[in-house]
Amino acid sequence: MNFLNQTLLLLKKDLILEVRRRENLLTMFFFGTLLLFVFHFSFDLVPERVVEMAPGLLWLAFLFTGTLGLAQLFEAERGNHCLEALLLSPMDRGALFLAKTAFNFILMVLVEIVVIPLFWILFNLGSWDIIPHLFLVVLLGTIGFCVLGTLLSAVTLKARARELLLPLVLFPLMIPVILGTIRCMEAILRAGELGDALPWLRLLIGFDVIFLTVGILIFDWVIEV
Amino acid sequence: MAGISTASVKTKGYLGALALISVLLGLYWGLWHAPPDAYQGEVQRIMYLHIPSILTAYLSFFLVFIGSCLYLWKREKRDDILAYSAAEIGVLFTALTIIEGSVWGKPTWGVWWTWDARLTLTAILLLIFAGYLMLRSLTEDENRAASAAAVLGIIGFLDIPLIHMSVYWWRTLHQPPSILRPDKAPWDNVHPAMLTALGINFIGFVLLYFYLLSQRFRLGEINEEIKARLLSRNH
Repeated sequence: MNFLNQTLLLLKKDLILEVRRRENLLTMFFFGTLLLFVFHFSFDLVPERVVEMAPGLLWLAFLFTGTLGLAQLFEAERGNHCLEALLLSPMDRGALFLAKTAFNFILMVLVEIVVIPLFWILFNLGSWDIIPHLFLVVLLGTIGFCVLGTLLSAVTLKARARELLLPLVLFPLMIPVILGTIRCMEAILRAGELGDALPWLRLLIGFDVIFLTVGILIFDWVIEV
Repeated sequence: MAGISTASVKTKGYLGALALISVLLGLYWGLWHAPPDAYQGEVQRIMYLHIPSILTAYLSFFLVFIGSCLYLWKREKRDDILAYSAAEIGVLFTALTIIEGSVWGKPTWGVWWTWDARLTLTAILLLIFAGYLMLRSLTEDENRAASAAAVLGIIGFLDIPLIHMSVYWWRTLHQPPSILRPDKAPWDNVHPAMLTALGINFIGFVLLYFYLLSQRFRLGEINEEIKARLLSRNH
């Protein structure tokens, strides 16, 4: 079985589990929506200011919901020695990394597809036509988040209080993604196109590529029995 | 078990003494001998500590990276101890740098803290390696902790250039370099006594750093020895 087949098989396993239990997606989705309400009560968001604050708020919502997903990412493998069984099977551990990354990515994208339009509705934003552009940038940011997040979720796998530890090690390392995504989103919301935020987009792509490669290469050592 | 060889204890003693002498000499040179800064006055003397501490902190994080790579490659316990020791001392020196910088910033810039690129980067470094230490202390299985921390040490180091870039694009208002300037030689722009003070302090800090590192490293080794002896007694 080649690398791609292994990845797809592992991804399929996680997706089937998720379709049957629906716990991750539902909690992430409701948490994301809940955050929009919390933002509304915390800030006095008049329409003129919403455009300014939307990138930060939206990305924060995705960051928190994503962290929620990451904390649960290896939960299914933790019980009943499933992880050991998985590691004993003759497969590339890079494939496991890729599958887990893709799984969290799919969950986050599903949440984002709902939450972004919801944000537009709840805060009465007019410019619906920029959403596709915005979504592309968010996708790039989400890839970066999932790649590094999966890596660190595995790194903290055997730690005590790992749900608390994960954001602690994850967020400082995530600064380039946070800054890059928010700056690109700002440019799109302001002018409808990237314009001078192009270097940020390159930084995002660079981040995604670097840590995707590092993750596949290093995952052998990250996850061991 | 080799035990503590007297030769290495002696070497460390000399190293410590040398570090102490050069730090004291550097302090004397910086506090009395060098002239006060033309614009900033006496407060500029903090720089004689500030720059050496951040440079040794950088050295530290580089050693964490080296130790982590070596550990994953060769699986030698000593490389892991090296990375752990360097991370601890690195966090200490980074924290010191930030405190010294704040003390200097208040009279010079008028604020304790500003979101300037270099300040932000240093604070992020502190957070990353504080997370590294947290990860180590929260993972009970020794070998798991070592390889998990090694991976984090490598990722953290690889991420630094990216964080550096993003934070610099985000904002920069740090004072431009006055020693390594492209248009002037160092001795034209800075009083020679200032350069000497900085140089002595830098050497002092590096010596002090390696002294602390060797002691901390030895501590890690002793820990391993105790564990090995307990294990052999129980069997």
